[in-house]
Amino acid sequence: MSQTRPTIRTFVIVFVTLLLLLAVTVEAARHDLGQWNFAVATLIAAAKALLIILFFMHVRHSAPLTRLVVSAGFFWLAIMFALSLTDYGTRGWLPAM
Amino acid sequence: MADAHSIHAPSAPLSPSVPPSPSAPLSPSALAHQFDDLEQQHAADELGMWLFLATEVMFFGGMFLAYAIYRRQDEAAFAAASGKLDFWLGAINTAVLLCSSLTMVLAVHAAETAQRKPLIALLTLTMLLGTVFLGIKSYEYHHKYEIHLMPLAGLPFVWDEEGTSAGHAQMFFNLYFLMTGVHALHMLIGLGVMATLLVKACRGGLLGEFAAPVNISGLYWHFVDIVWVFLFPFLYLVRV
Repeated sequence: MSQTRPTIRTFVIVFVTLLLLLAVTVEAARHDLGQWNFAVATLIAAAKALLIILFFMHVRHSAPLTRLVVSAGFFWLAIMFALSLTDYGTRGWLPAM
Repeated sequence: MADAHSIHAPSAPLSPSVPPSPSAPLSPSALAHQFDDLEQQHAADELGMWLFLATEVMFFGGMFLAYAIYRRQDEAAFAAASGKLDFWLGAINTAVLLCSSLTMVLAVHAAETAQRKPLIALLTLTMLLGTVFLGIKSYEYHHKYEIHLMPLAGLPFVWDEEGTSAGHAQMFFNLYFLMTGVHALHMLIGLGVMATLLVKACRGGLLGEFAAPVNISGLYWHFVDIVWVFLFPFLYLVRV
């Protein structure tokens, strides 16, 4: 396992990228992007999370079973959001009975 | 786990009855007797921690879902309430946590490469950064208390933004204190875990093949960092 681990250099590059992404979020929040505000902030946060998971939590070099559990965790989260928000998002569509 | 044999000890025959030949002589106390080798033990350690973190994803996910539903209801009130938070303190705290994730990952590296002094220094630094985060957070909490935006335990909630719903703004602050509070609790637990590791490291433990606790605790620390990575834009950067 340890021979496939990233080096200190990789960690520092990932860290600098994370700080750059933070700077991009902060800069983007100071401009009005209209309806894209939320999407941009969420996408940048997701990119940061992905970097942390893949490199700092070394899922990139983890066993396939571990990677499956990680994906399943976030897949369940997606199910919860998708089903709940389709419910709340469509409640006004039908006229009151 | 015949599959694990074939992956980790390719030179060994694929019969499950033949024990794998470890590449290096192992200290008997590093390897628990139910595992074939350290590789398999590490894989099991990580799998167990990730199963726990998957439950944590759902735990925080429920709060993020509540947030999403209330934010959809009245984005203007959420944006006005978010404007009351100190944007720069939130950004600084994000940077502080990202730094602590770097020191944590370097601490794992130091433990695995059996470097005792760097391990102790990096664990201390991680704890220091975690404490700075909590310090900034408490300063923010105190400020919200002073300007009556802390709707907890019967404290008054005073909302002076004309044109936006005070009730919905109060919901934003309820969610703010719930989510950052539970996150801060996780940070406190993380600091406790780091303190335990630090004591063990000072006694000369956690090095080389004994590094698994540092690795596993690192996963927890990074996860708490990821939660904040999402809390920061959702709480501090709401614009309509």
